[in-house]
Amino acid sequence: MKSENTSWFLKGMRDGIPIGLGYFAVSFALGITAKKIGITPIQSMAMSFMMVASAGQYAALTVIASAGGLLQMALTTLVVNLRYLLMSCALSQKVDPKLPMIHRLGISYGVTDEIFGIAMATEGTLNPRYNYGAISVAAPGWALGAFLGGVVGAILPATLVNALGVALYGMFLAIVIPPAKKNHFVAAVVAVSMVLSYVSSKIEFVASHPSGRIVVLTVLISAAAAYLYPKYPAPAPSEGEGAGSFDQEGEEVNGL
Amino acid sequence: MDYNVWLYFLVAAGTIYLIRVLPLTLIRRELTNPFLRSFLYFVPFVTLSVMTFPDMVEATGGALSGWAGFLTGLILSYVSGNLFQVAISSCIVVYLIETFVC
Repeated sequence: MKSENTSWFLKGMRDGIPIGLGYFAVSFALGITAKKIGITPIQSMAMSFMMVASAGQYAALTVIASAGGLLQMALTTLVVNLRYLLMSCALSQKVDPKLPMIHRLGISYGVTDEIFGIAMATEGTLNPRYNYGAISVAAPGWALGAFLGGVVGAILPATLVNALGVALYGMFLAIVIPPAKKNHFVAAVVAVSMVLSYVSSKIEFVASHPSGRIVVLTVLISAAAAYLYPKYPAPAPSEGEGAGSFDQEGEEVNGL
Repeated sequence: MDYNVWLYFLVAAGTIYLIRVLPLTLIRRELTNPFLRSFLYFVPFVTLSVMTFPDMVEATGGALSGWAGFLTGLILSYVSGNLFQVAISSCIVVYLIETFVC
């Protein structure tokens, strides 16, 4: 059990490396933006460790820049980060139902688009150590990028920043495409999502609310897919329909 | 600035953490409703796909490098599926095109 936890942690660290690199590039730009409105590099770094949220932090910076109220800050970050609510719901079904509270509190810190993506892509029940491993690499990359962005400013050549900027998207593809290859319906869901995302991004009003666009599309398309195929998830849990049949996913109980 | 920067940070970070922690701590059993289970199964595929396209194509310095990076990622994901390989290859293709082509 111990060694299994260790190997999950190490696997998380390994998968966290490309995430950390991608984060570094994205948060570098964040550090530059923060500097412009009077946030010091140390504050950028602290902010990044506190939030680990890209669009959320940009939104927070705009509120600070406009000297907005605290309620405005809460509402803005709520709306911009609403997709994490959906991700957390999905994760609640990926972890062991008996997972202790401390681990639920722990993995919640690192619910980002990328860590969520790789965590959902793991086989079977999610071991929280996997998330800890990934966040232990990704969060420092994120915070360090923000710090250096504030210190050295726009010193990196634009081509390099552009190139690093696609790293996270590349990872998203590596998460959604392999399952789509195995299952035609998943492939159709991915394709429809991309097409509708493209179409909606060309509507001016929608495009100016990017995080709202993501949440609305996610809810609509996932609901439509679930309506058409209510039999998923594909790895059938078991025949037990009754309440309390929680032990289908195998004998292993994480963290106990 | 109206408030101390750290107060802003605390409010923002607190809000973000609440969003992340509430479902994970409140939903402590396996959902049995097939529609809900299915819905949550599709959420990662849909949300990651929506975030990737067209944003990836538009994230670079030009349409050519953006499309090249996207197609590289798409093809490599299909062939290998290794996160690191796919991510780095997309970066390299974008870098090479922006450096040598346009």
